Amino acid sequence: MSDVQSVLGGASFDGAVKVTEAGVQGMITLRGDLGSEALAKAVKSAVGLAVPAPLAVKSGAKGAVAWMSPDELLLTVPYDQAEAAVAKLTKALADEHHLAVNVSDARAVFTLSGDAVRDVLAKGTPADVSPAGFKPGVIRRSQLGLVAAAFWMTSDTEVTVVCFRSVGEYMYNWLCTAAKPGTLPIVS
Amino acid sequence: MSTRLQTGGTIIDRGQQIEFRWNGKRLRGFSGDTLASALLANNQMLLGRSFKYHRPRGLVASGAEEPNALVGLGEGARFEPNQRATTTELFSGLTAQPQNAWPSLEFDIGALNKMMTRFFPAGFYYKTFMYPRAAWKHVFEPVIRKAAGLGAAPKDPDADTYEHYHTHTDVMVIGGGISGLAAALEAGRSGARVLLVEQTANFGGRAIVDGVEIDGGDAESWINETLKTLNEMDNVTVVNRCLGAGVYDHGYVLAYQRLTDHTPDKDGPRHRLWRIRAKQVVTATGALERPLSFAGNDVPGVMLAGAVRDYATLYGVSVGDRVVIATNNDDAYRTAITLHRAGLIVPVIVDARPEANGTLPEQARALGIRIDTGKAIAKVKGGKRVTGVSLCVQAGEGSVLEEVACDAVAMSGGWSPVVHLWSHCGGKLNWDAEQAMFRPDPKRPPTGADGNGMLHVAGTANGYLDAASALADAGQAGRDAAKDAGFKPAAGTAPKAVSEAEAPILPVWSMPQGAGVKLQMKTFLDYQNDVKVSDVRLAAREGYESVEHTKRYTTLGMATDQGKLSNINGLAILADSLNAEIPRVGTTTFRPPYQPISMGAIAGSARAELFKPVRKSPVHAWFEDNGAVWEPVGDWRRPYTIRQAGENQKDAVKREILNTRQNVGLLDASTLGKIIVKGPDAGKFLDLLYTNMMSTLKPGFCRYGLMCTENGFLTDDGVVARLDEDTFLCHTTSGGSDRIHAWMEDWLQTEWWDFKVYTANLTEQYAQIAVVGPKARQVLEKLGGMDVSKESLPFMRFAEGTLAGIPARAFRISFSGELSYEIAVPASQGRAFWDKCLEAGAEFGIQPYGTEALHVMRAEKGFIMIGDETDGTIIPQDLNLNWAISKKKADFLGKRAQERSHMTDPDRWKLVGLLTENPADVLPDGAYAVDGTTAPTGIKTTIGRVTSSYYSPTLDRSIAMGLVKHGPERMGEVIDFPTTEGAVIKAKIVDPVFFDPEGEKQNV
Repeated sequence: MSDVQSVLGGASFDGAVKVTEAGVQGMITLRGDLGSEALAKAVKSAVGLAVPAPLAVKSGAKGAVAWMSPDELLLTVPYDQAEAAVAKLTKALADEHHLAVNVSDARAVFTLSGDAVRDVLAKGTPADVSPAGFKPGVIRRSQLGLVAAAFWMTSDTEVTVVCFRSVGEYMYNWLCTAAKPGTLPIVS
Repeated sequence: MSTRLQTGGTIIDRGQQIEFRWNGKRLRGFSGDTLASALLANNQMLLGRSFKYHRPRGLVASGAEEPNALVGLGEGARFEPNQRATTTELFSGLTAQPQNAWPSLEFDIGALNKMMTRFFPAGFYYKTFMYPRAAWKHVFEPVIRKAAGLGAAPKDPDADTYEHYHTHTDVMVIGGGISGLAAALEAGRSGARVLLVEQTANFGGRAIVDGVEIDGGDAESWINETLKTLNEMDNVTVVNRCLGAGVYDHGYVLAYQRLTDHTPDKDGPRHRLWRIRAKQVVTATGALERPLSFAGNDVPGVMLAGAVRDYATLYGVSVGDRVVIATNNDDAYRTAITLHRAGLIVPVIVDARPEANGTLPEQARALGIRIDTGKAIAKVKGGKRVTGVSLCVQAGEGSVLEEVACDAVAMSGGWSPVVHLWSHCGGKLNWDAEQAMFRPDPKRPPTGADGNGMLHVAGTANGYLDAASALADAGQAGRDAAKDAGFKPAAGTAPKAVSEAEAPILPVWSMPQGAGVKLQMKTFLDYQNDVKVSDVRLAAREGYESVEHTKRYTTLGMATDQGKLSNINGLAILADSLNAEIPRVGTTTFRPPYQPISMGAIAGSARAELFKPVRKSPVHAWFEDNGAVWEPVGDWRRPYTIRQAGENQKDAVKREILNTRQNVGLLDASTLGKIIVKGPDAGKFLDLLYTNMMSTLKPGFCRYGLMCTENGFLTDDGVVARLDEDTFLCHTTSGGSDRIHAWMEDWLQTEWWDFKVYTANLTEQYAQIAVVGPKARQVLEKLGGMDVSKESLPFMRFAEGTLAGIPARAFRISFSGELSYEIAVPASQGRAFWDKCLEAGAEFGIQPYGTEALHVMRAEKGFIMIGDETDGTIIPQDLNLNWAISKKKADFLGKRAQERSHMTDPDRWKLVGLLTENPADVLPDGAYAVDGTTAPTGIKTTIGRVTSSYYSPTLDRSIAMGLVKHGPERMGEVIDFPTTEGAVIKAKIVDPVFFDPEGEKQNV
C-alpha cells in the first residue's frame, strides 16, 4: 500500500471553512437496472444498504451508496476492498446486464468542515445548496468552479466533495480560495 | 457656485470629515457623501469633457443615470476608468482623475473639435474619411483611435479579488425604495424565501427627498421600521450596494454587489456577482427623470430637478445660489420649494404648460416664487458654468423675451419608469400618452419555463408616479409574486402613503417647440456621445426610420450610460421628425446589464491558477521537477520533451528518439482515453461505432480501430482490447476521451436505446506507462511479476498480473514501431510505477521521452495522428486506411456517407510520404504543393499539402507526410512546395512508411 498516493497527499487548509484532501477512497460505479431485486441484493451485500432514491445518498458501517443517474449508483468502500467488492458484485449480477467497475483511482476526494460549508459550495455551483435543496442524505452532481463535481453532506457542517483526479489540484486551490478567511459567511 | 449648506443632509455625517483627492487637489467631504456630492460641495462643477466635441461637462444627475461625471478612480493596480461619481461612495484617501481631457480639464485641446461641429454630423464615421482610401488606414484611423475612448485602460493587474455566489429564492425583489420594501414585506409575510437587493447604500429611494408620508408618519420612520421587520424575518435576505443587473430566462438574475468599494482597506472580495434563480422576480426600480431639450442644456450647472433636490436634501449641498427651474410637470416644483426653504433663490420657474394650478405650483406661488407658464428656455448662457438663461415662449421659435441671471438650471421633462429589467427577458411596454411614458404591459410579461409570467413590476417602475398608488401597487406585486411562487399571501393591512396630487404633464420634446436648426445644434440628447437634436433630425431626413438604425447611425444611447437619459427624448424627436406616433417608433432594445459591472466580477475567482483547470496526470509532478517543456493536449499538459541540464529542446528530442530506438524509452501515456463498453450487445455496438470489425476480436487480443462521424469523416482512433466476452476497453486519443464517451452515450441513449450496453469512462482510473524500445522486455523482466515473453505476450495481445508488486494490465501495442508495452496501473500507484521503471531501467539506459519524440517516431512509421493527418474533412480512404474499413459489415457510422460521389472521387487528395531533395530541408507544416498552373484569379493551383513534417534523427534527414492529388499513383515524382519566404522546396512522393516497413522491430 505504500505505493498508493492520493492526488495531494492529504493536504489541508484552515480557512473560514477547513478544506482537507481526504486521501484515497474505494469507489465503484455500478450501472444496471436499479429496480431489479438482484441488484438490490448485491448492493445490500456490498455496503449493507438499500438502493437509494434519486438524489439520495446513504451511508452505513460498511460504506455508502449514492444515486448518480437512473441507471447508475456510486458505492464507496475502503480503498483496499474495492477490487474485491467489484468482483463480488460482478459475480452476484452475472445473470443480469450490468457494469461494475472500480473507479477509486479516478477520483479526488475532499472534506469541507465549518459552519459556512454551504456558502463555499454556493460560490461555485448552480445547484441549490440551501437547506431547502441540500441536507445530509442528498447528493448533487453538478459543477464547482469550472469542473464537474459531486458533493453531499455528512453532517450539517461537513461536506464531501468528489471530482476527477486530474483536476484535483485545481479543485483544492478553488476550494481554498472559496474558503479564504474574511469571505464567509456571505449573508450574516 | 456650488457649496455645502449650513444645515441639512439626511445621509451625511457632518461629524466625520473625509479627505480625498480630485485632479491633484486635496478636498474634504463628509461620511455619507458620494464623490459627486463631495465635489459639488467643493464647487467642482466642471468634471469632464464629452466624447466627441470635448465640451465641458458637469453633473446632471445624482444616481446611476449620470452621463457625464465619469472619472478615473484609484491608482496603480487599483486604477479603474469610467467610474460614476454619483455612484461612488466617498472614502478617506479616495483619488480620482478627470478623463478625456488633455492637457488639462480646464484647457482641453480636443475642445477645438467643437469648432468643427459642422464637420462631425450624425454618421460622420460612415461619411467622412472615405477618400483617399489609403488615408483611412494611415492617417484618419490612427488619429481617431487616439482621440476616441473614455478613460484609460488600467496598466497593472487588478490587485483585488472577486467571487461568484449562487443562490435560489422564491421571490427576488430588485430595488429598495418604498415600493421594493413593501413588496418584499408582503412576499416575506407569505413565508416565501425573499431576496431584496438595493443598488445604493441606503434604502427608501426618493420617498425621503420627496417628503412622502406613510401611515401617518414620515417616510424615514416607516422605512427604518420596515427594514427592521425584514431583517428579523428568517426567510428574508436584504442586501444593499447590490445592483440587480440583468434578468434572464427561467428566472435567472444577475446581481452585482460592491463589498469594499467604499472601504478599500477591508479584506475580502471587492465585488461579488450573485447568480440567482428566482421563482418570481419583482422589479421596484423606480423612475428616471428626463432632461428637457433646450439649447445649451449641457452647460455645467444644468441639472435634473430631482438631482438638485437630492443634493440639497440628502447631502446638504447647494448647486448654486440662483437656480432657474424649467419644467413641464408639477414634480419640479418640489425642487423649487426645497431650494426656497433652504434659503436659496429661485428667480423663476419656467413652466412650458399653459397653466400651473396644482397643489405644488400653488404652494410655490404662496412662497412668492415667480412662475412663468407657457414659457421656455431659449438658450443657456455660459461656457464652463451657467451664467444665465434667456427665456422665450414655448409655442414660438425662440425669440428672447428676457434674460435671467442664474448659476444653475434645474430641469424636468417628466419621469420615465425604469423598465429595463422588465424588458431584458421579453416584457413588453405600452405607451401611456397621458403620463408621456412607456410602462410595462402587465398582460405581456417575460415568461418563465412554464410559459407563465415570471416578473412583476412594483410601484413607480410600473408607472405609478405618486407615492400613494405606488405603494399600493407594490404591496400587490409582492403578494402576486408570492402567490405565483406557490405561497399564500398573508392577510394584513397594506401601508398607505400620502403625497401631493399632481396636475398632468405636458409632453415637451423640444424647447421651444419651434426651435430652429441653430438651437437644435446646441440641444443635447445624449451627453456622453454628444448626440444633438439636429443629429436625430438629420438621420430621419436621410431615411433612418427604425429607431435601432438611428441609434447606431447617430450613436444615441450607445455610451456607457446606455441612453438612460436620452432614449425617450431621442425617439420622441425621431417620431416627430418622421411624423409618427411614439409607440410606432418604439424603444431600442434594453439589454443587460442595467449598469456597467466590473470585469473582475464577471471573471470571479477564475484568474491565475484558477483561470482554467489544467488536467494533470499522476506523473505530472515528476516532469515538473525534471525539466519538462510543456505542451497543451486537450485540457492536459503533456511534456513535449524532457531536457537534461544544458540541453536545448531540439537536442533533447533527438536524444530521446535515438535512445528509444537503441535502448529503451519511457512515455507517460496516461492521458489516453480509456472507455469500458460492456454488455451482451457491446460487440454489435462497437461494430457500428468503428469502421472495422470489433465483434470478432477474441478476449485477450487488441485491435486498432477507426471511428467516423455519420458524415464519414475520421474523428478518432485507438486500440480496442477485449477484456472478456462481454467487455471491451476502447482507447481514444488524449483529447478525445470525453467527446467519444459522450458520443457513445448519445447513440446509446437516443438511437440505440434497446442495445444492452453500459459504458464507463475509466480514463483517469489508470496511469498508462509505455515502456518502449529494444530493451523494454528486459526492464519489465527486472520489475518482475509477469511473463512478458514473446510467446506468452505476443504483439497485439494483453495480459493481467502484477509488475513490481503493482496490479498491472500490459498491452503489447506500439505507436513507435519498437518493441513496446503499455502498462496500465491504478492511477494512485502511477507515480510509484513510473519511479520503479526508471530505477529498473537505469542499467538499460532508460530515458523518458515526450510528445515530440512520440510524434516523430510515429511519423517515421507512417502512423497517422488525429488532428495532424485529419482536420474534420478527411475520410479514412484519404489516408489509405481501407484495410481498416470493413466490407463485410452491413453498416457502421459513416459508411453511407463514404459511398457518396464526392467521397469516392478519385481526385481526392491522398496520403503519401514526402522526401525533400535536400535532406536538410524540413517542409513547413501545412505547406501547399503547386502544379505550376495559375487560376484566372491569379492564385496558384494547389495539388496537396503537408500534414506532418519533422527532422528524423533515426534516418538523419527530414521526413514528411502529406495529402496529394493522385498521390499514391505518382510515387517517385517530385513536386514543388513554395514557402512563405518565396523559396521552393522540392520533394519526392514516396511511401509514408519511412522506417522498418516490415514491422520487424515491434514484433520481437
